[in-house]
Amino acid sequence: MAKKDKSIIEIAEEEQLKQSETSGRFTRRSFLTQLGTASLAVTTVPLLHSAPVQEPVPATEAIPGAEVPGAVPMVLNINGKEHHIALEPRVTLLDALRENLHLPGTKKGCDHGQCGACTLHINGRRVNSCLTFAIMHQGDKITTVEGLAQDGELHPVQAAFLEHDGFQCGYCTSGQIMSAVALLKEPCGQDDAAVRECMSGNICRCGAYDNIVAAVQSARRGA
Amino acid sequence: MEAFQFNQAKTVSSALEAVRSQTEAKFVAGGTTLVDLMKLNVEIPKKVVDINSLPLTQIESTPDGGLKIGAMVRNSDLAHDETVQQRYTVLSEALLSGASPQLRNMASTGGNLLQRTRCYYFRDTAYPCNKREPGSGCPAIDGFNRIHAILGTSEHCIATHPSDMAVAMMALEAVVHIQGAHGERNVPLNDFYLLPGSTPNRENVLALGDLITYVTLPPLTNGTRSHYLKLRDRASYEFALSSAAVVALLSGHRIQRVRIALGGVGTKPWRSMEAEQILEGREASENNFRAAAEAALKDAKPRHDNAFKVELAKRCLTRTLKNVTQFA
Repeated sequence: MAKKDKSIIEIAEEEQLKQSETSGRFTRRSFLTQLGTASLAVTTVPLLHSAPVQEPVPATEAIPGAEVPGAVPMVLNINGKEHHIALEPRVTLLDALRENLHLPGTKKGCDHGQCGACTLHINGRRVNSCLTFAIMHQGDKITTVEGLAQDGELHPVQAAFLEHDGFQCGYCTSGQIMSAVALLKEPCGQDDAAVRECMSGNICRCGAYDNIVAAVQSARRGA
Repeated sequence: MEAFQFNQAKTVSSALEAVRSQTEAKFVAGGTTLVDLMKLNVEIPKKVVDINSLPLTQIESTPDGGLKIGAMVRNSDLAHDETVQQRYTVLSEALLSGASPQLRNMASTGGNLLQRTRCYYFRDTAYPCNKREPGSGCPAIDGFNRIHAILGTSEHCIATHPSDMAVAMMALEAVVHIQGAHGERNVPLNDFYLLPGSTPNRENVLALGDLITYVTLPPLTNGTRSHYLKLRDRASYEFALSSAAVVALLSGHRIQRVRIALGGVGTKPWRSMEAEQILEGREASENNFRAAAEAALKDAKPRHDNAFKVELAKRCLTRTLKNVTQFA
């Protein structure tokens, strides 16, 4: 009896289980990535059956990314953890986080330093991660939105954004929160107008500004 | 973005060595101009030398009462420095009016001086551009030129210099300290920038392999006041349509000494000695302010979409003069 050909979904689910066994990560993003890979696998299966059997390549301790031509090994300290990775010098910190380090909490809005969605902290100071190269930040302490909560407790700014409904679609939100957290330690006037000015590097297409300002002011009073 | 070789320099001499005799090497400091333009393929260096570790991060008073600013001092640190806020107020105001808090945390003093124009055609390689490729043409002159310059233009280029900090530093008569293959030299900021002429690709006097190490500000006489006013479509996070930096010393109602620079309207940060000459020794009055503004914009060459800047710049300068001379 011929084995039923697997559907693309079934192949994707198998790949997913395999991947989550090794890396412990099962996310929407990884599932969608596997769908793409799986559709390739379905079309190449007939060819593989006729190819000569090869010895599997033994697993090495190679740094992730080392197989890319021009990749340079580096160590990045993110949210208190050291990540050993090899990346081309032209990879921005934003892309390294999202595409190579499985930390997609930092968002890409404009990719040109004009929207602030990519805001994170380098040594406690807020910057646009889209306009800097990952390789420039070895030895720096990088903090992303994923690193704000401590021991399961939300950061006060995160809690304030929830309490004051400081977001709609949520895409600018991690940048807004990272900006606001840094703002707590910067000179900024007391009134709402001053907060608007100090938060002017983070734009919100949904227009949640009033609630964002309320959240920031609330966090400042509590901080 | 094209791939490139990456180096990190820890000393000024190793930074200079890393770029010596190479036409396609660039320093990267904050990256807020360079990385932006590399993503657009406007800048395509084959080698990038990271100068963020260079020991050029101090703001120090000089023996004569002036200020020495390291080229790697971040814009935010310079803006919030106590001496700058109190003595060189126009510089702090100009810095805080520019960019965003995130960008100000990244941007360096040297890099701010060297930032490139925001001309839409320069930034889009689908268009010809005399600044990117001399001789290829200027689509802005007969194109959409609302943000372009009315002073210092030529038939080859009308691109505006977008920096606020440089305008304030122009009015403060800053001096740029440079190290390069041929040693050290100091260039007054007023002589640092070049008009586009027929070579808009050359924007300043830096030679191949040069590195800005410091900017110094001369001392200001006690009682000198200064102010920066920036006018633009949005209230924040946008470049100037017109701005003015004024540094003035009054004796009663009389203007003893004044320095004036305009932003948003020139192909380089625009020092206006014409306006200064009208005002020095004269009474601080609306009529005299307006006369100075007329003199400053006398040679303005408006284009199809930026003619409004002529009157806007006059009013901007007049308002800035009023603000400076009437603060207690």
